[in-house]
Amino acid sequence: MTQFDAATAAVEAALAAGARYADARVMHRRHESMIAHNGEIESLSQDEDAGVGVRALVGSSWGFFAVPELSDAAARAAGARAAQIATASALVPGPAADLAAVPARVDSWSSACERDPLAVPLSEKGDLLVRATAALRDGGADHAEALCQVWDTRKWFVSSEGHRIDQHIRECGAGMSATAIGDGETQRRSYPSYRGQYGTRGWELVDELDLLAHAPRVAAEARALLTAPTCPEGSTTLIVGSEQMALQIHESVGHAIELDRILGWEAAFAGTSWLDLAQLGQLRYGSELMNITIDPTIPGALGSFGYDDEGTPAAARDAVREGTWVGVLAGRDSAAVAGLDYGGSVRADGWARLPMVRMTNVGLRPGPHTLDEMIAATGDGVYMDCNRSWSIDDQRLNFQFGCEVGYEVKDGRLGRMLRNPTYTGIGPVFWRSMDMLSSEVVPWGTPNCGKGQPGQVGHTGHPAAAARFTNVRVGVRG
Amino acid sequence: MTAADIAAQVLDLVRAGAGSSARAEVMVATTHQALTRFANSFIHQNVADTDTAVRLRVHVNGRTAAGATTLADAGGLRGLVERTLAAAALCPPDPGWPGLAEPAPLAGPAQVDESVLAATPADLAERVRSFVDAAKGLETAGYCRTVHKSATFANSAGQAVTGATTEAALDGIARTGGADGMARLAATGLAALDGAVLGARAAAKARAGMDPVELPPGRYEVVLEATAVADVLRNLAFWGFNGKTYVQRRSFAVLDAAQFDPAVTLVDDPVGTEAFGLPFDAEGTPKRRLVLVDAGVTRIVPHDRRTAAEAGTASTGHALPDGETWGPVPVNLRLLPSPPAGATPGPATGATTGSAATLGAGPAEVDGPAADSDVAALLANVERGLLVTDLWYTRVLDPKTLVMTGLTRNGVWLVEDGAVTRPVRNFRFTQSYPQALGLGAVRGTGRFPVPMPGSWGGERFVPPALHLASWNFTGGASG
Repeated sequence: MTQFDAATAAVEAALAAGARYADARVMHRRHESMIAHNGEIESLSQDEDAGVGVRALVGSSWGFFAVPELSDAAARAAGARAAQIATASALVPGPAADLAAVPARVDSWSSACERDPLAVPLSEKGDLLVRATAALRDGGADHAEALCQVWDTRKWFVSSEGHRIDQHIRECGAGMSATAIGDGETQRRSYPSYRGQYGTRGWELVDELDLLAHAPRVAAEARALLTAPTCPEGSTTLIVGSEQMALQIHESVGHAIELDRILGWEAAFAGTSWLDLAQLGQLRYGSELMNITIDPTIPGALGSFGYDDEGTPAAARDAVREGTWVGVLAGRDSAAVAGLDYGGSVRADGWARLPMVRMTNVGLRPGPHTLDEMIAATGDGVYMDCNRSWSIDDQRLNFQFGCEVGYEVKDGRLGRMLRNPTYTGIGPVFWRSMDMLSSEVVPWGTPNCGKGQPGQVGHTGHPAAAARFTNVRVGVRG
Repeated sequence: MTAADIAAQVLDLVRAGAGSSARAEVMVATTHQALTRFANSFIHQNVADTDTAVRLRVHVNGRTAAGATTLADAGGLRGLVERTLAAAALCPPDPGWPGLAEPAPLAGPAQVDESVLAATPADLAERVRSFVDAAKGLETAGYCRTVHKSATFANSAGQAVTGATTEAALDGIARTGGADGMARLAATGLAALDGAVLGARAAAKARAGMDPVELPPGRYEVVLEATAVADVLRNLAFWGFNGKTYVQRRSFAVLDAAQFDPAVTLVDDPVGTEAFGLPFDAEGTPKRRLVLVDAGVTRIVPHDRRTAAEAGTASTGHALPDGETWGPVPVNLRLLPSPPAGATPGPATGATTGSAATLGAGPAEVDGPAADSDVAALLANVERGLLVTDLWYTRVLDPKTLVMTGLTRNGVWLVEDGAVTRPVRNFRFTQSYPQALGLGAVRGTGRFPVPMPGSWGGERFVPPALHLASWNFTGGASG
């Protein structure tokens, strides 16, 4: 019995049990994680899971059931159970559910990969992480940590509308951090970001990071932060580095344009959105430099795929064009409710979870400047980069972010290092104050986006570049 | 195959592949989970799944590796063992290997309510309907869920234990005029969840929260409801009372130091009547009740075997699956309530004290915005302060001092001379949690601890409401 056979059996059983639409995903996923601490391997784990998840639409209500078995009997039982759950949903019914149209596709897709990350010897990975953390220790870190992760996911998707799609997506990445412990506080510096950089690529991504070359600088900066002056409080011109800009985009744009949030489907947990669909196409989100795309077709970016988990082919779309809000992240059912004709942004964290609206690659188009030009054009301000903490309200408006490191900007030059830099603001006010944007875009990968109940972890991509903002409140502390 | 059969087969395969000197531990865990989610006052997502995971950790020739699989047939188990042994062979040496848990009996059975396993999708939907109906036309959203988890652990040192646990939880909001109200409760079984009571509570809060005013940021006296205090406990647990952060000197915890107000006694109670979790940890060590803070004095930090070895002490049974990343965390943390009027506080090391169960009747419902009469009693002593229902998106700014930032959510009110006077718009705060509970900072503790479900499952924080002298609000809704 093939994986397609199991998925087909599940869909057939759901239809036989009364579903008017059903789809099923068989998934086989391998995950490898290695962590080193202070020159020793702290943990190595290799996990594997496989199963089938079935989604059934009965009347206006959805049901979902998943099992870790791929026999014909187990798949059919799962399909029937999904329909039963959907029937129970009708005890508290809503408006009629519909699905935005998507042509049925039969296809196969794989992410590009030069060097299979699961084929790279563990000894090579271990040597890299051990040497990186040893170098961080030599550089003055009290705690040196490095990690690498690999995901190898195969999916087989079948729908009652005729979809039959298999995908093979390989993702990997790595990173390291140095922590210095002072009197009553800790300071951390990371490279290239706290949890590392990730993409839908092979091990060549990790090779390109060149962790060892950056270890002495990272460790020295962590140690130097302990004695650096605290970021001053006040309103100033703020230059945000590209790694922190990825977080800024993720939290204050990516989540805000999720259609399920806008429709209230996440109101009790993740929250809603300050955006009102009635303003789509008219609302000024940011300055004219702000161009945000939703683009799962970017080769190698972490949020890339051939098809989303509803069988919608990957396609690029504008979310913000020259500062105006023009697009959302949507699924077939949420798009139908909103009267939109596109989905394409629905994914699930494994076979046991319901597909839901998730970010793909949500990022900035390049601007006309460089980071050096921004600094040179700033008489008095602060530069911050590398995220340390993030918090934003349930409408995605009021944010406060902390970075690992900051620097004074005086008379067009970087000045003293600043510790505990934070900045806070209201999303659209902040974005409308963006007056310079770099052309140096990096496709950052975020492998830890939490959403949904039961909780799901999503992998998202964020092309981002350094940008400058005016009149930003910085230096908030307790 | 039973879970015990699977565990035995995996240990046999390890011996066959690596010899009798190989050290191995196996956990076979099956989880049945159902979650009925509603929004805009109807069920929009309704899911269930069954999952069996086999987790293996081996230590061979001084090297350690771990792996897991959901493929529990013969081929899947063989693949797991071969893969994990191969990984161990290629790993650098592990000089910090702490050895396996020796055979030891469980401290007691875990809390299991068989009704959870028997619950149907209709049972959950009925509770959702009660919540929605009780809101009397207000827009509602939330979830009702059940979890049944069973597991068998075995290792090559001879430890073999089995256990199960259940949880039912209902968590929802009601909304009107831009104001949200919320009610949340966890229990061992579904019978304890009354959708009508929780729906009415959420709706009362929402109605009382309409037309809020914006107050200036600053330090305010606060009453945090149990839903908000749960966030304080969660972050104290993950960042402070964590054996890994402690041995790495990243935790605020200092043993035998008076770090909190004398009104603060924190107990991790993984085998108590309101616990959620297996009666043993991921290393097979039996769990037991642990007094972390006794009348303001920090007494102990939880450990797994590795952090315990580094600290020169014994494991307290707090190893998490894949715990090398997070470290050992007390996920059944209780803040003991104040004793009833006229009663002498019970010893922290004794049996569970002050729970709603032992005090008899729980707090009475009130017509909002306070969650119940227990909260209302704390408000009576507030001169000028804020009633806070919930904390949201809290993140650590400095792990050592545990300065957190986050926002209020689901209802804030100004309290003047002991009475709620007006609803207030949400605040951002930047506040050290240990400092908020420090010496002289706790003005009152509720009498009724309320079991709270974890956002990501697997945890159960049980706090009463708290009256604190000061909370640092650093921004308003408009920035």
